[in-house]
Amino acid sequence: MIAVKNLHKYFGKLEILKGIDLEVKKGEVVVVIGPSGSGKSTLLRCLNLLEQPTSGEIAFEGHSITTKKHDINVTREKMGMVFQQFNLFPHKTVLQNIMLAPLKVKKQQHSEAEKIAVELLRTVGLEDKKDVYPAQLSGGQKQRIAIARALAMQPHVMLFDEPTSALDPEMVGEVLEVMKKLAEAGMTMVIVTHEMGFAREVGDRILFMDDGVIVEQGTPTEVFGSPKHVRTKDFLSKVL
Amino acid sequence: MNIFNLAYEYRNFFLSGLQYTLLLAVIGVFCGFVLGIAVALLRMSRFWPLRFIATAWVEFLRGTPMLVQLFLIHYGLPVFGIEFSPIESGAITLSINSSAYLAETFRAGIQGVDRGQMEAARSLGMRQGMTMRYIILPQALKNVLPAIGNEFITIIKESSIVSMIGVADLLFQSRTVTTITYEALTPLLIIAFMYFVMTFTLSKILGRLERRLNTDDRR
Repeated sequence: MIAVKNLHKYFGKLEILKGIDLEVKKGEVVVVIGPSGSGKSTLLRCLNLLEQPTSGEIAFEGHSITTKKHDINVTREKMGMVFQQFNLFPHKTVLQNIMLAPLKVKKQQHSEAEKIAVELLRTVGLEDKKDVYPAQLSGGQKQRIAIARALAMQPHVMLFDEPTSALDPEMVGEVLEVMKKLAEAGMTMVIVTHEMGFAREVGDRILFMDDGVIVEQGTPTEVFGSPKHVRTKDFLSKVL
Repeated sequence: MNIFNLAYEYRNFFLSGLQYTLLLAVIGVFCGFVLGIAVALLRMSRFWPLRFIATAWVEFLRGTPMLVQLFLIHYGLPVFGIEFSPIESGAITLSINSSAYLAETFRAGIQGVDRGQMEAARSLGMRQGMTMRYIILPQALKNVLPAIGNEFITIIKESSIVSMIGVADLLFQSRTVTTITYEALTPLLIIAFMYFVMTFTLSKILGRLERRLNTDDRR
């Protein structure tokens, strides 16, 4: 579904991604772990071109999205993204947040968009919040709304960029719960996270990144149970 | 003559002056606003010649006296065969001048909106223009509303310079009344009060608008 070939990304002279090759299959949940500054978020943000790769190729559903003539907006409709800082639209109510893109981008009928939005709110357990503004929500609630907003576009893949890192500890669970349900429903997901327990439980495949390269990858049992690389062992010994 | 008597006796002068002042202020505010947004967006364009033009526009209009700009348009452009009526010259000057100040205000507002807002909207498949319209500009305008209000008030007051090229606005009419009555002070006090009522009303309206737009911040 997603195929990344020899991806390099520089910020100025600093090389953040040093040749990434990655394949994500339909229905797969890929969890990217690694120390801060290892390039995990940059890799994720390259997948929908929020960061423009310096070189390399990314293909989505068989089509290259890194060629100049490709219209990335069309691809972004099919790739939902959830951010660390939620990034809900503060001047719009919860329902408006969720319905905006379906109405404006997909040109859905208002009634249809509203039906989908309310259904999604039920899925994330916040149907009673549909008319409030984001400022009135807790962090965990905001992130669940952000997930619902991304899902409203009916994406084929969901990208999560440290979705629980800005949350108070007691709210992490409710967000992970929603993500787990999503994974069980068969959604293709790429998740950057520091929640090792969650990674082990939900991930089909774990990628360990360090210093701009994928050092090691495999099933959770392989990576967490018997890490091969010394850098992986070192990292896991610090976080587990 | 008593100030109230004079105001009443010459009410037609003051009211007709008020019409011109209001007309020019409304045109200046409206065109300045629209033009200001356009200039602000050009200043942030990826294409450098557009950025250059917009920057030159802002710097020139902020860096030269508005009266000089008015004279350039009214007395200077006819040299090239472009002639405007006094009202037109006044409206153009007020519009372009306020567009420069408002463009800077808008730019500050747009750049003040969190980067994540743009990213979130773009990640949903919204295009640049759509994101500006539905996400960035509404938040930017709300944040800089007090500064916009100041500029509107400035336009109302500064519109008085058009009397210099013979537009019969409030200031012009007060001088007319002075030449008829030989009263130097009273007509000026009357129009000063009229200007104040206009700007004060506007600042009250904007204050109310600000409170209304703040409803989404309430916890």
